[in-house]
Amino acid sequence: MKLIDRLYKDAPLATRNEITPKLGFLLTLLLAIVWLIPFLWMVVATLRPASDGINAMAELMPSLTPTLDNVKDAWEIGDFPRYTLNTTIICAGILLVQFVTITLAGFAFARLNFVGKTPIFYLFLMQLMLVPVLLIVPNLSLVAQLGLYDTLTGVMMPFFASAFGTFLMRQAFEAIPTELEDAALIDGASLLQRIRHIYVPLSMPSFSAFAIISVTSHWNDFLWPLMVINSPDKRPLTVGLSVFTKTAEGTQAWGTIAAGTLMVIAPLLVTFLIFQKRFISSFVTSGIK
Amino acid sequence: MSLAEPAALPVATTAAPRLEVIRRFTTRFKASLPAYLLLLPSLVFLALFTYGAMGRVVLDALYQRATPKAPLRFVGLDNVSAVLADPAFTGAVVNNLIYAVGTAVPSIALALLFALALARTHAVSSALRAALFLPVLIPMVAASALFMFIFLPNVGLLDFYIGRLLPVLPNWLGDPDVALYAIMVITIWKNAGYYMLFFLAGLQAVPEDVMEAAHLDGAGPYMRLRHIILPELKPTFLFVIVIATLNAVTQVDHVFVMTQGGPSNSTNLVLFYIYQQAVEHYDVGKASAATLLTLAALMSLTALSFRTMANRDGGP
Repeated sequence: MKLIDRLYKDAPLATRNEITPKLGFLLTLLLAIVWLIPFLWMVVATLRPASDGINAMAELMPSLTPTLDNVKDAWEIGDFPRYTLNTTIICAGILLVQFVTITLAGFAFARLNFVGKTPIFYLFLMQLMLVPVLLIVPNLSLVAQLGLYDTLTGVMMPFFASAFGTFLMRQAFEAIPTELEDAALIDGASLLQRIRHIYVPLSMPSFSAFAIISVTSHWNDFLWPLMVINSPDKRPLTVGLSVFTKTAEGTQAWGTIAAGTLMVIAPLLVTFLIFQKRFISSFVTSGIK
Repeated sequence: MSLAEPAALPVATTAAPRLEVIRRFTTRFKASLPAYLLLLPSLVFLALFTYGAMGRVVLDALYQRATPKAPLRFVGLDNVSAVLADPAFTGAVVNNLIYAVGTAVPSIALALLFALALARTHAVSSALRAALFLPVLIPMVAASALFMFIFLPNVGLLDFYIGRLLPVLPNWLGDPDVALYAIMVITIWKNAGYYMLFFLAGLQAVPEDVMEAAHLDGAGPYMRLRHIILPELKPTFLFVIVIATLNAVTQVDHVFVMTQGGPSNSTNLVLFYIYQQAVEHYDVGKASAATLLTLAALMSLTALSFRTMANRDGGP
């Protein structure tokens, strides 16, 4: 209790001796530990030698003789480098096209007046409600008609336009003073030049916020790539991991499953721990996604 | 000026106003052209994969093939009534409702608790926020892989530790009465940290001076929560409830990986039903009819909440 009191030492005087907030904090602390247990198990089980036997598999105390055998097995059974490459291509491809589409559309909404601005704006707004995951059936047949079944382009295509990104960029562009653009206009800069040299460089924080949301959500996409991709060598990490888990579950190789899972989520976790503040503020803006 | 012109040129009295309208329209259109060009790339993809897709769902729902090779035949609303009469679909809807309420309520309640406890920023609360947020980042498939072991009978994490306290434990994923709740635990674990962020942001809007006045008037923590904080968080609640509901329909990858809708359809959810109809039974008509019904339900829900939110913000 002394330790918790120290956390509340700069709370308003009237509330400093209240017990309920401290109990709430203790409960949260306890739950945070529970929340971490699956991750803890993953790391401990990855390092546990197979000789410990299936009955010790759940033990959260780390093994005294840690080994990297599970990582080696997972690496050999699953084609993780290939899956990682595919996921990276998908995320990068989507993001690059999105940067172009959302910059142009965001600029049009922020700075231009045109006939039908409001209806078109609502057309974008509605996309936020029509969750893309639900449209898998018609989109799969379209992708097949376009000859993109079983291609990474087919996985990327439905996400090339982003209403969320468009609104984010519109907001960012609106905050940029028009005087800057006027100066460039006098110097004879074209529309695209003004976007490229004035608006884009000044909106980097919004681009990075959007990049975080876009990459994490497409890194984690499962159902859509599961439907579009057929060849094993085109699987992204999520689909690869699910197939890998099925195979390893049959042989009760839980250490290998833990190692495979660790490999899949490590890149995201490491990036998060480095850019924690950015991630959190980006996810707050992503509410309207 | 434009009104005076026809009077000055009596010959053109009949043609001029119409010409004027067309000309005004073309000048306005010409002025709008750059904007249309900038919007074109986005609109093409929206047309193909959002609005076109919706149109195709409606069309596909009206047609059916007798056998996979037979020609398409117009069947009107037969697909919709077939889906509504399918016990697997109604079962999936009921499961999905239980799942929606059973995941939204606990994860939002936990999110609120976390946000209230961690609203004050210091090193400890930042670390705890990060810990609670970690599950949000990882793919549902990865969460499923971890929980598959946690729920494993006899040797799994849950049975290993709780089994020492309770003699008889259910087969978490194998018992039709328990499996849906086991699946719900994963969703709560994964989403509470996400919703916490919105409550943390919402709590910053609670005015300091009102809180101080409440302290001075001797309002205890419960009174302050009930009469100041909760009313202030109302928009946040509305917003989080919408997201949680959408997630309850769309974020169901763990059903695909862990249970395949089983045992005996107890974890069959609407999206999995749609997937089964389309991919396993090649029944695009029924899959589209089910998609249509789900879209209609979700859209009316979101439209309702967007209207409430738009009223608050004054629209775009």
